[in-house]
Amino acid sequence: MIRLDNLTKVFDTPKGAVTAADHISMEVPSGEICILLGPSGCGKTTTLKMINRIIRPTSGKVFINGEDTTSLDTQDLRRSIGYVIQQIGLFPNMTIEENITVVPKLLGWDKAKYRERAREMMRMIALEPDAFLKRYPSELSGGQQQRIGVARALAADPPVMLMDEPFGAIDPINRAVIQDEFLKMQQDLKKTIMFVSHDIDEAIKMGDRIAIFRAGKLVQYSEPDELLAAPKDDFVESFLGEDRALKRLNLVKVRDLASEEIGLVRPDDTLDAALTRIEEYGYQNSIVMVNDKRQPVGIVNAAVARTTKGHCRDHFQSVPVVVSLDDDLRKVASLMFANDMTWVPCVDDDGRIVGQITQRAITHHLGSRYRTHSRDDTTLDAAASLSSNDKE
Amino acid sequence: MPTLNLSGAMRLLMLAAVFVAGVWSQSSGVIDDFIFYLPDIQFLAVQHIWLTVISGSLAIVVAIPLGTLLSRPSMAKVAESVMQVLNVGTTIPTLAVLALSMSFLGIGTVPAVFGLFVATLLPITRNTYTGLKGVSPALKEAAAGIGMSPTQRLLRVELPNALYVIFAGIRTALAINVGTVPLAFLIGAGGLGELIFTGIDLYDPVMMLSGAIPTAMLAIVVDMLIAITAFLVVPRGVNPSRT
Ligand SMILES: Nc1ncnc2c1ncn2[C@@H]1O[C@H](COP(=O)(O)OP(=O)(O)OP(=O)(O)O)[C@@H](O)[C@H]1O
Ligand SMILES: [Mg+2]
Repeated sequence: MIRLDNLTKVFDTPKGAVTAADHISMEVPSGEICILLGPSGCGKTTTLKMINRIIRPTSGKVFINGEDTTSLDTQDLRRSIGYVIQQIGLFPNMTIEENITVVPKLLGWDKAKYRERAREMMRMIALEPDAFLKRYPSELSGGQQQRIGVARALAADPPVMLMDEPFGAIDPINRAVIQDEFLKMQQDLKKTIMFVSHDIDEAIKMGDRIAIFRAGKLVQYSEPDELLAAPKDDFVESFLGEDRALKRLNLVKVRDLASEEIGLVRPDDTLDAALTRIEEYGYQNSIVMVNDKRQPVGIVNAAVARTTKGHCRDHFQSVPVVVSLDDDLRKVASLMFANDMTWVPCVDDDGRIVGQITQRAITHHLGSRYRTHSRDDTTLDAAASLSSNDKE
Repeated sequence: MPTLNLSGAMRLLMLAAVFVAGVWSQSSGVIDDFIFYLPDIQFLAVQHIWLTVISGSLAIVVAIPLGTLLSRPSMAKVAESVMQVLNVGTTIPTLAVLALSMSFLGIGTVPAVFGLFVATLLPITRNTYTGLKGVSPALKEAAAGIGMSPTQRLLRVELPNALYVIFAGIRTALAINVGTVPLAFLIGAGGLGELIFTGIDLYDPVMMLSGAIPTAMLAIVVDMLIAITAFLVVPRGVNPSRT
């Protein structure tokens, strides 16, 4: 756990005092990633660097796992915190192995242990130990260097990590790959992480919580969905962008909104039975046909069922799309638009139908959050009453 | 390292010239004349090398800590002025440095070593200072941020990354040193300068060359030694000659 208590930094510059961080108070629970987000110069880096005392706070305190760090020795404090700087900062005079093992060596690990640790770290960041450990940083690509930077910070297994735009200097495709790898590692490692970013999409993807800074002040500290649903003021709202409703789709999984209720037919059912079921469930166009294992094998069209006699097994079409429970809503929405559908069947890992997700459920989810959290915002209220009229 | 970029034709021409010179010196008895000076050459060369070794190592031992000290953030205020003084010092001709040192310390080995020491000190100090100042702030921050003490930062990160520049300074400095040692004779410290200057005075080319050729060879050897040391000592990751 990291807790900041009224952390303040005032820089004395020739042009007068600059308050880079103004009474920042916040708490990052253990095992979570907190993203510090905001426009350039808003004090994210300053706040981060006060935690490991690269910058001395003017006032305020930092607590790590409940302990006031003011009383700790600076070197000890820093060795217990993983630090990834924006410029990567690998030591060019050291091999990759030496870079990764600096902190374990400082902590006095014995040789066999830290060498094994270096190999373990390389495997964790998906780089071949034998191919890379003896190389020098200048012999690696930017993305590889960035991974090594993360490995170096993690090597001594610190409970807390500070990361200043760790994936900034990297092209978008590789960045996405590294972000995914990092999130996967974090699932096992459960570090408590402060992570500076100026990329809202990165923040939403990586953050368990997001802290929005403006001119040295912390203006909003919320979970990503909460933040997107209910920005506290116009600054946050404009910072998040006009497509913030769409951004929220990234955050919700099919699992969260899928309904188990789904009408199905079997190959042996008659088309008459199919038609009855279509009407019973209120479907407009079609119904899914499944085999004995509940795996979708086709869809039966209402129009066909109405005009033809016979069994479903002789009159079906292929299934246009299915989604899995772990897909995010952004993918679902995209598939719905692409295939002109208002609902999509959901399958589990074995490909068995477990339910459906509807456009209405998605809209309702986004809308309901807006309504419960909306400020005295007339447009939102208007939208809410509009949609409720719709239902009546 | 001194590189000979000669085309094949030039190389052949050189070989021929050396051969002709050899035949000529053999027939004209110059070799015998040189052999006459051999004991002098040996004696004076040892003196000469000592002057270089003592003044050079003293300079290295003083200059690197001095440059390091000046590069510390706490010295930032005075460092620039000190470097200015050193830069002005570098522009004083080494002969003048020797003359000055003689006027304070008299005649003999001590003022010579001192003069050489001063002339050698400046380039090494300057390069140590600029080399350390030139280490990227990101590296220093990373080193501090992962919990290295100031000494560990200096020894494990700053100095290794500045080493190539420091060695360049040592090389320049010792080139100046070796080139100045013959002048030490003028203030009574001996060395191969004795043969050179006496040869000039007596208009005896063989005597003069008996001093000049070993001096030149010594310069080349010293330069090569430093280049080799730099090659071996500067870590591969920051050594442009090893990538
Ligand atoms: N050493 C310093 N001396 C004086 N002012 C400083 C210093 N460091 C930062 N500042 C000022 O403090 C403010 C916050 O800087 P900070 O580096 O924390 O911004 P940031 O949010 O990290 O921005 P960016 O996204 O550009 O990295 C800025 O106005 C900056 O000019
Ligand atoms: Mg910053």
